[in-house]
Amino acid sequence: MTKMVHLTIDGQEVTVPANSTVLEASQQLGITIPTLCHHPDLTPTGACRLCVVEVEGMRNLETSCTLPATEGMVVHTQTDKVVDSRRFTLSMLLTDHPNECMTCEMDGDCELQRWVYEYDVQWPEHSGARHSRPVDSDPNPVVLVDMNKCILCGRCVRACAEIQGRDVWNFSERGFDTLVVAGANQPMLDADCESCGNCVAYCPVGALFDKPSQGWGRATYQTKVRTTCTYCGVGCQFDLNVKDGKITRVTSTPEAPANGMALCVKGRYGWDFVHSDERLTVPLIRDANGGSKYPGFREATWDEALDLVAQKLTYHRDHSGPDSVGYLSSAKCTNEENYLMQKLARAVGKTNNVDHCARLCHSSTVAGLASTLGSGAMTNSIEDSTGDAKLYFVTGSNTTEQHPVIGIKMRKAIREKGVKLIVADPRKIDLCKLAVLHLQQRPGTDVALFNGIMREIIVNGWEDKEYIAERTENFEACKEVVMKYTLELTEEITTVPAAKIKEAARLLHENKPSAVFWSMGITQHTTGTMNVMSLANLQMLLGNLGVRGGGVNPLRGQNNVQGACDLGTLSNVYPGYQKVVDPAMKEKFEAFWGVEGLSDKVGLTVVELMNAAHDGDLKALYVFAENPMTSDPDLNHVKVALETLDFLVVQDIFMTETAQYATVILPSTCFAEKEGTFTSTERRIQRVRKAVQAPGESRPDWQIICEVGTRMGYPMHYASPADVMDEIAACTPIYSGVHYWRLDAGAQLAWPVRGDEHPGTPILHVGKFARGLGLFTANEHLEPREAPDAEYPFTMTTGRVLYHWHGGEQTRRSESLLALYPEPLVEINPDDADRLGIVDGDQIKLASRRGELVARAWLTDRVAPGLVFSTFHFPAGNANWLTGAFLDPVAKIPEYKVSAVKVEKIA
Amino acid sequence: MIRARILISSDSLSLSRGAEETKLAFEAELSRYGLLDEVQVAYMGPADRTDALPLVIIYPEGTRYGPVTPADAAYIVEEQLYKGRVVEQLLAPPEMLSGEIAHLPGRTGITYAQKRVVLQRAGSIDPTDIEEYIAEDGYFALGAVLSDFSPHAVVETIKESGLQGRGGAGFPTGLKWSFVESQQSAQKFIVCNADESEPGTFKDRLILEGDPHVVLEAMAIAGYAVGADQGWIYIRGEYGQARERLELAIQQAEEYGLLGDNIMESDFSFHIHLHAGAGAYICGEETALLESLEGKRGIPRIRPPYPTVAGFRDKPTVVNNVETLANIPPIIHNGVEWFRSIGTEHCPGAKVYTMLGDVNITGLIEVPMGITLREVLDIYSGGMKAGKTFKCAQTGGASGSFIPPEMLDVPLDYKSMQEQGASLGSGALLICAEDTCIVDLAYVLMRFFQAESCGKCTPCRIGTTRMLEILARMRHGQSSTEELLALEEIATQVQELSFCGLGQAAAVPIITGLRYFREEFEAHLAGHCPAEVCPLDKVNQPAPETIQHNYL
Repeated sequence: MTKMVHLTIDGQEVTVPANSTVLEASQQLGITIPTLCHHPDLTPTGACRLCVVEVEGMRNLETSCTLPATEGMVVHTQTDKVVDSRRFTLSMLLTDHPNECMTCEMDGDCELQRWVYEYDVQWPEHSGARHSRPVDSDPNPVVLVDMNKCILCGRCVRACAEIQGRDVWNFSERGFDTLVVAGANQPMLDADCESCGNCVAYCPVGALFDKPSQGWGRATYQTKVRTTCTYCGVGCQFDLNVKDGKITRVTSTPEAPANGMALCVKGRYGWDFVHSDERLTVPLIRDANGGSKYPGFREATWDEALDLVAQKLTYHRDHSGPDSVGYLSSAKCTNEENYLMQKLARAVGKTNNVDHCARLCHSSTVAGLASTLGSGAMTNSIEDSTGDAKLYFVTGSNTTEQHPVIGIKMRKAIREKGVKLIVADPRKIDLCKLAVLHLQQRPGTDVALFNGIMREIIVNGWEDKEYIAERTENFEACKEVVMKYTLELTEEITTVPAAKIKEAARLLHENKPSAVFWSMGITQHTTGTMNVMSLANLQMLLGNLGVRGGGVNPLRGQNNVQGACDLGTLSNVYPGYQKVVDPAMKEKFEAFWGVEGLSDKVGLTVVELMNAAHDGDLKALYVFAENPMTSDPDLNHVKVALETLDFLVVQDIFMTETAQYATVILPSTCFAEKEGTFTSTERRIQRVRKAVQAPGESRPDWQIICEVGTRMGYPMHYASPADVMDEIAACTPIYSGVHYWRLDAGAQLAWPVRGDEHPGTPILHVGKFARGLGLFTANEHLEPREAPDAEYPFTMTTGRVLYHWHGGEQTRRSESLLALYPEPLVEINPDDADRLGIVDGDQIKLASRRGELVARAWLTDRVAPGLVFSTFHFPAGNANWLTGAFLDPVAKIPEYKVSAVKVEKIA
Repeated sequence: MIRARILISSDSLSLSRGAEETKLAFEAELSRYGLLDEVQVAYMGPADRTDALPLVIIYPEGTRYGPVTPADAAYIVEEQLYKGRVVEQLLAPPEMLSGEIAHLPGRTGITYAQKRVVLQRAGSIDPTDIEEYIAEDGYFALGAVLSDFSPHAVVETIKESGLQGRGGAGFPTGLKWSFVESQQSAQKFIVCNADESEPGTFKDRLILEGDPHVVLEAMAIAGYAVGADQGWIYIRGEYGQARERLELAIQQAEEYGLLGDNIMESDFSFHIHLHAGAGAYICGEETALLESLEGKRGIPRIRPPYPTVAGFRDKPTVVNNVETLANIPPIIHNGVEWFRSIGTEHCPGAKVYTMLGDVNITGLIEVPMGITLREVLDIYSGGMKAGKTFKCAQTGGASGSFIPPEMLDVPLDYKSMQEQGASLGSGALLICAEDTCIVDLAYVLMRFFQAESCGKCTPCRIGTTRMLEILARMRHGQSSTEELLALEEIATQVQELSFCGLGQAAAVPIITGLRYFREEFEAHLAGHCPAEVCPLDKVNQPAPETIQHNYL
């Protein structure tokens, strides 16, 4: 119970918690006190002196933002003395501030301007020296710096340190000449800047501004539309600022539940792809004679294109069988659209050949967790797992680059609260700088590493015996295997020194609860499912499941990969993970959709669909906002598969690498142009709202899918995506309480939401696992499928970078992001490079048994000798020309993370 | 067999005046006479009055010579040590610090005089030799504390002594210690504030140069009292000599088991680290000091929490000034009664002052609390320089108040000064004669504050600049009545609003200057400098009517 104190402010009594400031107490009474340096997210500093108040019994005026409220305190916030002092402070600021409100981007939104207006402070014409500093003084492509306008409130300095954990900004010089500079007065990007723009978001004046939004009009002339980010699965919300039908800026809002004011570089600056000249605007049909700006395609009417698609899909369904048609759905699109896509495949196409890219990222997570715990998602919320954990065990997740806003929450807790961090990753990722321990295992040896750590825990008697006895089963079988992984054996397999394994076990024992986070580094292996089950073992062993600050937390990649899985665009389940092989479910959905003959056979997965196409068994494929020609493994194989298809329809916003093989291309809409919902990695269901009109004739995806279904003879009519969600709620138990009217009223819902009154479930498995008892599994180490050899001596592992997203379809069309990261880079250890005569920036060629890529070399110790790292953001340098389609036997996820390659310098 | 000993003052000033050459000359001359086996030559700490430096004292006679050049040294060896005759013409001026209580004329019944408490050894022992410190009862207090006192008893003793912080604010030291003592924390710190940067103040330097061990001993006692095992001395970057002496002293104390683990074979361990500042005045402010000590930009912190709760590395920390700490061992050694017998009831003990300005004797004195400025002026500083009359004093350094002639009889102690709207501050006493221009002096002082403002808060960062600009125009006779009012308004607001003491104090010279010498400011508006100091009309300035000051 927090102690409360009572005080009197301007004659009104108020009761506040004992750790409140006088400013907070005043705000509780609705009293406005002007502030500049204060921001509720940031540590108080008391620098600007604007928020002073008079306190009876105190000699001087006090700054209310720093003054603790105490029992019996009597405060006056509006006396003449107070007002005079505030006016003095404002006029002092104006004596060293340019009189540029007429042309300033922040006019109307500027906090200094607001208080100067409200306190009627006159412009001091000739009052002494003014600084004259260069405008746009930093080459950063997204942050505009004009330190003439800086009032030295230090909010940018604190935002960068306390929110972003980056310490780019600081004060230099002293006294009157004090100046905010990046690093040691360097360009921002040389001072560790990640271009997240959070400093801009916190700047009260026009000293920092979003460069791409310059000249697009002030806040007054903009409409703000609250929506959810289209990049990763963190589920950040922000406001799209719209003027004249164009997005002009992204502004963050303290009301965003997952991220607050923080955004990453992609969220804040990666929006300009929406208005790219390369957007598809009319339906296209393959025609050797051309007839559009795309060679080999002519423009078509919607009727013509939709009829052709419906006719082809129907023909192949009826002549070659329902399973000769495949449907690739999209984790970029909304829940409603994914629901409709699997409904189209199942109810109309009569096949379970519907899958999406979750297969390529977290299918092993879903398989591994569903079988051991009963539910295949992140068990905890972002808030509690990053906020209450004593230790983070981050493995195979480059969190600060791939889930940046979760990454910065980790950084903040590590820096401010001393949370311990263990990183288990073959690469020395950025987070390693903050880690107490970095376990740099050989790629593909995760099971052995986790077994080795668990053995140390058991040997020392550190396992949670009570928890194991009460809440789990099959521990002995697990233990039997684990005990084989002695320190010596584990070191031999993983190359991680025994001392570090011991240390990891000790840290996990001494710092409970600990939260485990992982991502593709764990899942994209032929042992992906076992990797995940091993992590579940570890957390059950320590009793870290079902508690705040613990959990197994797979960080989902795409903005809606969680939702796409939830809504059944997986070849084995209906919406809500209801199994297609379960006769009761078949019956339920036949009745619900009013159809007969739903398939009871598990369909083909992403890679299996490509293999079937390659072999001629799959005749037609409907690709909905996916791009297998960049994101699938072994692209040469995919290319042949796509060429072999009889009919390919691609529904997308750009002429993607895959669309080039299509017969019909349907122009669709992006996140900013339609209504819907996304489900974030923490199972939080959030609204996506239309801000601008889609270009040309392009249509929302949900309407296109409905048109195709209707033209195939199954009427699909909905007034709006809200209707679709109501249908989802009716057939999907975990979504049964999800409705737009709840979301639009501000409900924060994480599934399972078991009814219209149910508040949602931020933490899973509290008290009891979804499957009943948690299942321990026995997992043996298996070598990756492809080992380096004399011809292919390097191991290539793959991933992404902060500034780009997946196949780069959107980010390569964002001028801001391209300016920050213009071309693919291959990470190579300086020792290896030296041996091969490669210097930083050289063009190098990587080749595997399947293909090759050319990119520039980045010499860095992020990779150990013998390891190279490459991405799939750019078509030319795409790692997937090299990767192999070796699949995890359970989840069918390909082993992107280990390929044997050779490296050579291009003369 | 040593029959005589030559001690040479070795503070920074003495060294800059050739003390090292003088020492070499003594050694060369003694060698020439074959006396090296009989006569020992050593450095000692600083002497009291600056006009006698370098000072040489020859024992056992206690003969004081100064200033002594290398040539004088040769002569002294020949005369006194070879022939046994005192060289009358080279004798130093009489010692100011007799160590005895003197009765002052006209103040029957009350005894005022100098009283050596913290300076008892400075100037009489070799600060580079721990044995000499020990021989003068050094580390006796620490030993007594470790064997006879509970930690709480030490805190109580200091509380009862009534010792107040000598850094300027006069906060009760024992109370500060008790705050830290009561904090539950596995780690606590003692920080010695040796960042003495107040213009005109050099008392801490002379204590450190002359008697470094007294500070180390005090810190160890403080550590024992509050439960700290680590101490840091944050020393002004320019104090090279003091730093070297401290480094050596720490090393010697560790060798003797008087610092480090298990001091004097007790369970108590205490380690002292040195950290040199980098030239920022603001780092003398305790929270800015702590920021700087942590490796950050030296800017003041928000209080609360106070350092006693969250100080160095956010742990409970005692921050004490050098002079404050130097009082601790004598209090333990001589007892509370003894300490309280010196000074006044409300402000016990003695205080070290640095005298400077238009007086005959400048330098260091230590006198009981409660003596008046007039007594300092008349007795210790030998009165005003020939032909000059007293105009004002400034107490406490650049940030202190101006004291007009009518306030000369205010007792110098924290309480009395505060009651008069003045401050004792760091103990600098600047005496100004009638040929000092208040506007010019205010300008010089403001130039210091404007340069030293850390830039954190608006009023100090911009206000000091605006005040300096106005004062500059006034010195040039280019100001206006409106501007004088603006100056007063800015000064009032800067004092009211500034984040820390620097800004609050920056306005004091202007506010007190206007309070006592307003007519002098007004004369400058009319293009006249009564003291004939200011460079009127020598530089082109913007015409006063073009400058507007509509701050309100």
